[in-house]
Amino acid sequence: MDFLFNDEQQMLLETTRRLIAKDYTFAHRMKVRDGSEGWSRDTWAQLADLGLLALTIPEDDGGIGAGPIGAMLVSNAIGEGLLLEPFHASAIVATQAIVQLASDEQRAQWLPALASGETLAVLAHDAGKNIGVIATPDGNGWKLSGEKRAVYHADAADLLLVSANLKDSDEVALFALPADAEGITRQGYRTVDDQRAANLDFNDVVASAETRLGTDATEGLQAALDFGLAALCAEAVGALDRILAATIEYSRARNQFGVPIGSFQALQHRMADMLMYVEQARSMSYLAASRCTDVDADVRRVALSAAKVSIGQAARFVGQQAVQIHGGMGMTDELDVSHYFKRLTAFELRGGTTDAHLRGLARQLSSR
Amino acid sequence: MDLDFNAEENAFRDEVRAFLKAHLPSEISTRIGRGDDSQVAQDIPRWQSILHKKGWGAPAWPKEFGGTGWTTTQQYIFETECALVDAPIQLPFGLKMVAPVMMRYGSAEQQARFLPRILAGEDWWCQGYSEPGSGSDLASLKTRAVRDGDDYIVNGQKVWNTLGQFADWIFCLVRTDPSAKAQKGISFLLIDMKSPGVKVQPTRLLDGSYEVNEIWFDNVRVPAANRIGEENEGWTYAKFLLGHERTNIAGIGGSKRELRRLKELAAAHEIDGKPLLEDSMFAARIAQVEIDLTALEITNLRVIFDAEQNKAPGPQASMLKIRGTEIRQRIAELQVEVLGADALAFDGHGDSDDVPRAMADYLNLRKLSIFGGSNEIQRNIIAQMILRLRG
Repeated sequence: MDFLFNDEQQMLLETTRRLIAKDYTFAHRMKVRDGSEGWSRDTWAQLADLGLLALTIPEDDGGIGAGPIGAMLVSNAIGEGLLLEPFHASAIVATQAIVQLASDEQRAQWLPALASGETLAVLAHDAGKNIGVIATPDGNGWKLSGEKRAVYHADAADLLLVSANLKDSDEVALFALPADAEGITRQGYRTVDDQRAANLDFNDVVASAETRLGTDATEGLQAALDFGLAALCAEAVGALDRILAATIEYSRARNQFGVPIGSFQALQHRMADMLMYVEQARSMSYLAASRCTDVDADVRRVALSAAKVSIGQAARFVGQQAVQIHGGMGMTDELDVSHYFKRLTAFELRGGTTDAHLRGLARQLSSR
Repeated sequence: MDLDFNAEENAFRDEVRAFLKAHLPSEISTRIGRGDDSQVAQDIPRWQSILHKKGWGAPAWPKEFGGTGWTTTQQYIFETECALVDAPIQLPFGLKMVAPVMMRYGSAEQQARFLPRILAGEDWWCQGYSEPGSGSDLASLKTRAVRDGDDYIVNGQKVWNTLGQFADWIFCLVRTDPSAKAQKGISFLLIDMKSPGVKVQPTRLLDGSYEVNEIWFDNVRVPAANRIGEENEGWTYAKFLLGHERTNIAGIGGSKRELRRLKELAAAHEIDGKPLLEDSMFAARIAQVEIDLTALEITNLRVIFDAEQNKAPGPQASMLKIRGTEIRQRIAELQVEVLGADALAFDGHGDSDDVPRAMADYLNLRKLSIFGGSNEIQRNIIAQMILRLRG
């Protein structure tokens, strides 16, 4: 049992925090949000320069090979800073899908470009949803038709990793397709937490044999999603830390009836409850990071579902109460509190909702 | 970072398990498991003496006083494993409360006289803190001790004294300077329960049990040599005592054991022709409390780790107390809900042993969020630490 982080992990956390403190203040983020793309290519280049886009690429492939604990700490900082850039989508989830499934040639083709920031990739696959795309054999390759919904950052992506059911087969295949391939239509939109997402339509999209990653992709996809869910949990914990700290500070500074509102017991007990939620969430984020690469898929599922439920419930309670304690100011776009609240609200719904994961654990009780 | 116990810690856990398997008398664990406290006056000292023979009588004490010298992690493992197999509690009043105070503030004579007997289970200690008018506001206590030569004369009343009906000794907070401000005039006295003028009167609780008492002191003569530390400094010692417990405050082992029972009960009881464990609504409730317990367990390990790194304690002890008791109470509620209307039978005439036990537990365990600093007081403590508004 050990709750210390090694020097390299500590350095990753500090590097990311320094970047945010220096160049990604809340005022800067507001400008980025209201800019044309809704995220910053300059920040993306900075992340690449710091090596953070190579965070989860194995050392043998020229990356940092940080593993889930390093990814957790960087994601903590990204949640603290409410980054709008596609770090989680590209540098964590899509990168992991390639690491899990790609051939040597494909790795050499994509991983350096992902690390440099030149290529932005997203995984169009969600465990909780129907796969939604059918691949029909066509010559040496396949033709893909169907749709994917709410794929984070897909509208800015260069490379789409698309899962598909092979026609007349139980196999799930993963294809790496250029985002501008003929037959792909992307409808981009802003999400509730001011990130970007897109719905994708596939209409007889040609996918050559070379675009397929690995053979049956089921296990590799699950591994990438598990790694990604642990990182998403860590982002939420970063946001929880900051929204709680902001609430505590506000209740110390805000005076009503001649005293700080933090002197009122009704609010004190609420904040004590918020702290407890946040600390349980942190513990569960540790669990998620520690188990998300376990060889046993059941161990991963139980740990990640428990973490998603626990942190999702923390996100709801702490987010709502932070807005409540900030009063009218909590309702404004001007204060960062509402932005943390929206990020936490989005977290509840991403990677499987709180109820979906709770239902999964409940079903497992009777089969264990 | 590593959430799992290392090889050494696992080996220690295996050693504890093997010892418990070989030496915990099954008639005792059966009674504890059934919630039968009829033999508690024999079971607790007997178990303490078995542990003492093994050298494990005082898991939290340093070796110089005959303790195990275990790390905080080892203490946690030991207490968790004991709870999982229905071992009796080790009475905290001597081992975990008055003994650390004696070690820190007591005289060499007091240490030599009392500590070995606590260790061996020869003396049963109880606590004299709360009074009818002094619960959460403990410093308002009124029991008086007036100096008379080499003695104090003690008069007053203590309440919510746990298991004092079996006690040889009681440690008491008494007022020695009524003119001083509340916390200033208090002293810490050790009183022989056989002293003339001590009267123990049981308080019957809502579950029918007799586990707490009123203790009356009517001109009880207590040698001044039985005072811990300085006169009027008792509040310092009392606060030290309250801040001492960190390993078992969340009661992880006990909650795990009862969660296991809850699942067994829910698997054995049917609704609409299938086990309650397969009912989606009820299974979700069990899953939720299991998630909460997992989160608390990891938090507890974090707190223990911080303690071993000598980090200053923050609001964590209060957090463990609140969440530990809420979860334990929730499990008790769910056990009652499994039984439904069967849980109404309260005098042992239900159709299984679980029936009286589940309801009695549910009722009795309401105490958890009240004693040891109520959960509201704990929230005050957390708020003071995070808000830093005072002073």
